[in-house]
Amino acid sequence: MFEFKLPDLGEGIHEGEILKWHALPGDIVEEDAPLVDVETDKAAVTIPSPRGGAVVSVAGEVGDVVETGQVLVVIDDGVAVEAPAKRIETQPNSAIIGRPVPAAPATRRLARELGVDINTLSGTGPSGRVTPDDVRASADGVLPAATSASPMPARSDDVAAVTRMAANVSNTIPFLDLDPMPDFSKHGEVEIEPLRSIRRKVARKMTTSMVLVPHVAHMDDADVTELEEFRVRMKERRQGQPGGKLTLLSFVIRAITAGLRAAPAFNASLDPFKEEIIYKKYYNIGFAADTGHGLVVPVIKGTDVKSINEISAEIEDKAALAREGKLPIDDMQGGTFTITNVGPLGGTALIPTINYPEVAILGMGRVQEKPVVRDGQIVIRKILPLTLAFDHRVADGADAARFVSELVRNLSDPNLLLLDT
Amino acid sequence: MVMGSLNQEVETVVIGSGPGGYVAALRLADLGHEVVLIEERERPGGTCLLEGCIPSKSLINAVEIGEAARHAHRMGLSFGELKVDHVKLREWTEGVVQTLSDGVKGLLAKRDVEVIHARARFEDSNTLSLDGGGTVSFQHCIIATGSSLNRLPEGIDPSVWSSADALKLPEVPGSLLVVGGGYIGLEMSLVYAGLGTEVSIVEFFPRLLMGADYDLVDVMVKQVTSRMHEVMTESKVVSITPLGDAFDVVIEHDGKTIEKRYDRVLVAIGRRPNSEDLGLENTGVVVDDRGVIATNRECRTAEPNIYAIGDVANGPMLAHKASREGKIAAESIAGHKVEFDNRAIPAVVFTDPEISWCGLTERHAEETGVAIKVGKFPLSALGRARAIGRTEGFVKIICEPETDLILGMGIVGPHASELISEGALAIEMGATLADLTDTIHPHPTLSEAIMEAAEVAAGTAVHLHAPRR
Repeated sequence: MFEFKLPDLGEGIHEGEILKWHALPGDIVEEDAPLVDVETDKAAVTIPSPRGGAVVSVAGEVGDVVETGQVLVVIDDGVAVEAPAKRIETQPNSAIIGRPVPAAPATRRLARELGVDINTLSGTGPSGRVTPDDVRASADGVLPAATSASPMPARSDDVAAVTRMAANVSNTIPFLDLDPMPDFSKHGEVEIEPLRSIRRKVARKMTTSMVLVPHVAHMDDADVTELEEFRVRMKERRQGQPGGKLTLLSFVIRAITAGLRAAPAFNASLDPFKEEIIYKKYYNIGFAADTGHGLVVPVIKGTDVKSINEISAEIEDKAALAREGKLPIDDMQGGTFTITNVGPLGGTALIPTINYPEVAILGMGRVQEKPVVRDGQIVIRKILPLTLAFDHRVADGADAARFVSELVRNLSDPNLLLLDT
Repeated sequence: MVMGSLNQEVETVVIGSGPGGYVAALRLADLGHEVVLIEERERPGGTCLLEGCIPSKSLINAVEIGEAARHAHRMGLSFGELKVDHVKLREWTEGVVQTLSDGVKGLLAKRDVEVIHARARFEDSNTLSLDGGGTVSFQHCIIATGSSLNRLPEGIDPSVWSSADALKLPEVPGSLLVVGGGYIGLEMSLVYAGLGTEVSIVEFFPRLLMGADYDLVDVMVKQVTSRMHEVMTESKVVSITPLGDAFDVVIEHDGKTIEKRYDRVLVAIGRRPNSEDLGLENTGVVVDDRGVIATNRECRTAEPNIYAIGDVANGPMLAHKASREGKIAAESIAGHKVEFDNRAIPAVVFTDPEISWCGLTERHAEETGVAIKVGKFPLSALGRARAIGRTEGFVKIICEPETDLILGMGIVGPHASELISEGALAIEMGATLADLTDTIHPHPTLSEAIMEAAEVAAGTAVHLHAPRR
């Protein structure tokens, strides 16, 4: 028997949602054959079977969440293993005497229900007695301390607990009025989908970003008429070669990289706890990809030393992997700046949300032919609307204006882009 | 029903209907679980109800009435010679037991808990076989099989009484030797002494009631000894020879071997957990060399779906501890977050005077080097104790010196068994001396002694002579 436990899927990933079983109990799997598709906060991955044999049991059904280290499948590989001698740690059940943390039985019960280890608390009551308020404060108090954990307690069906938590959070910000959700089904039919995996990760990241970062949006239009002519000409010549699609995005990444070198504030991160700004000397540009099973941001690394061709080829590869849910975790980490290009789907302008803890994000609108005035004449030009959303703690409006103007200048003239960047 | 072919599938099965098992079954039923209770005996209630706490307390109460009547002459009331009809007393006791057992039966029936009268044995960790045939497969099981009296050593005549035999009150012998000076031996000694038997006690250890604080025991021993024919500590029974209507007993005492004759001999030498012949070897349940099933604070054994509570599990063999564990196991099975996190399991000895204690004892504090502050209040200074003519005894409170946090309480005196609950509550609540001194206790009652002991510990007592400064 071989117990296959959910392996470590990357930094900060503790669980995954089962998307699909490739083998079910009774099936025979071969070594390295696909076993299960698991979706984590970052990506969906196919996990191959580490052993060949008959599947004896699987950890759960599609949609269940398994934790790292939890037994995922048991495979009968013909090797017998000794049963674990002791499954539950046992200890004498005599009364705790001496000096446990003083707290009333009802308070101890509350602590257990809220998942608080009462022995770690120092009470505010007489002689250090732990009060129910001490326990609740500890249960809710994860908010300022935890950086990676969700600021909200874990999912809860306990209406009383949610109400209590909401009241507590509401108390932290004047006028903030956080109530449990009303019963929507009272007003018509609803369908309930658990918030999981990528959707939950996006929710956390965007809430964190909007709450922590004072966003400013700076907008401008780039005249990409010449760039588009150049791009289309090159694209035809390079048809069929890697990176042959030669999208506008690859040019923008090139131009952005040049801009970041000149304005390092937009390639930085702010550490609010240490009160430091970290300037990164590397340029890893992420691009938002709509994969059909959620938003994924593949990262093109070292864009300062890659040609537009190389960048274009990499965008194609990574977008394809992301759509298949096979993008390695590593290719989603280490970004320093993000671009979101919803333009091809439509929209004249957008205000993107910063991909925290980065400092800025560029939103690309749709390239449209528009009448513009050039040398006193109305002419038709191809216009790309751009919005830079940035962290006002790190950069100011003037910095953004200079950064975007330079970007617009570079995108307006392919020669400049090739010469200056 | 075809024997041996019936297989019943249930969510939860409880083995044993004592104060642990029946409480667990009732709680589970209330939590919406389908429960089957398996009980070997005809009646539910276990040792506590059928041959322990309940019958012994009903006998003790009877002899205490006699004792009170005997002493009433000091107050001007005389009753003449006490007449004992032991058959009637036995019937009274059996009536008490019957009523309570019927009560448990009724509670189980009201909740549709199915009771199977059989002996159960584990086939594996999800199946029990029943001795009458058939099996029960379960998702969860609670083992509440309790404990039995220790077997008499090999070669001892079966006509020697166990405490269960003695509780049935077969006769009132002229003389009785009680082997074992623990709480069972002491309670039975007082019962028979109260009925007119000349009782002697033999104890192997230097003291009676090992385990309790000595100052509590000393007060009780002084009173109890006056009612006994003889109390021999540090003594050992070498042989018991039945003579038909009496026993010759050889005792090693004070380095000498002495031979005595008694009408009856009662051996009360402790209990052992009922973990044998349960088929536990077919499960992952871990049993230690004393037969105690290892559990965690949820009362779960090493086999996650099997729980053990009460005497068969670790901890003191007390009905009230079993009941609390029964609730914990039931709620844990129902998915509640519960654990046995009690700080005080009251210990009560129904001698005359009674002894009770809970939490930290002075002895334990001494052995473990815990700094404590003790406040002691004698009943002789208490109005109510004087009024009822029962001034032997005291209440002591053990607290943490810097914080006045109450850590333990010990009581010797009338109704000590009732009074100790306040101590248990104080300890569980994390109460301080001020919580007790500032709570109004009704006057004149024995409960005032608790408040007064707290005053002594806090240094604020007015009902004692001022402490020397």
